[in-house]
Amino acid sequence: MAKARVKAPKKAKAGDIVTIKTLITHKMESGRRKNKKTGELIPRHIIDKFTAKFNGTEFFSADWHGAVSANPYMSFSYKAEKSGEFEFIWHDEKGEETVKKSKITVA
Amino acid sequence: MTKMKVEVLDRRQFVIAAGASATALIAGFTGAANATPEKAMEYMTKLTNGGVAKAMDGKIKVDLPEIAENGNTVPVKVSVESDMSADDYVKTVHLISEGNPAPEMASFHFTPASGRANAAARMRLAKTQNVVGIAEMSDGKIYMSKTQVKVTIGGCGG
Repeated sequence: MAKARVKAPKKAKAGDIVTIKTLITHKMESGRRKNKKTGELIPRHIIDKFTAKFNGTEFFSADWHGAVSANPYMSFSYKAEKSGEFEFIWHDEKGEETVKKSKITVA
Repeated sequence: MTKMKVEVLDRRQFVIAAGASATALIAGFTGAANATPEKAMEYMTKLTNGGVAKAMDGKIKVDLPEIAENGNTVPVKVSVESDMSADDYVKTVHLISEGNPAPEMASFHFTPASGRANAAARMRLAKTQNVVGIAEMSDGKIYMSKTQVKVTIGGCGG
């Protein structure tokens, strides 16, 4: 469904705190907008949960509500200790999930 | 006798005044149904199990532009002072609106592996208002801060 982009470093030194930036295309329909022609409310449809994992363990997550802008941007940090794989999951209210992965080598 | 009359009049006035304020209340709800500082407080009390009443100042910083020209996408940055060690870290940061249609905006959940309790996102703001940031620490302490944003063009449907 949605297109996601992740900017995470590929390399880091042990103990470095790295910043991860993510972006996903999504209307984040708040359920408060009206169809201009019919005047009907456009039904709400948002991504309500974002989760970031490293080697399967969650280290950051966010609950999103109607106040989050369309095409949600999220940046956060991670303390790199060892090499492994990040996994980012966007969960939408209709149960759809978008998953993106990114590897990091820690020296 | 005269005293009695005055009392009746007082009561009538009271009824009229009460009626007027009730109408205003209903109008407030059915109208824009906006979050108010009171509703935001109610929501924060629920979120923190009443802990917000003991919230302290400091530690948490919510960065917002002083003037947001487009309320549809307002950059927000939160940071909380913490070592982020295994036994002393920031668990959650909530963002709450005092002027959007609904008080809830977003919650960010951290762990010691986050390294720093920093996060950035973009929010919708319907009008000029205060945005409240609440940090829940691992030891149960709660910190709070309020930031005012002036919004030129509101960004919540319409």
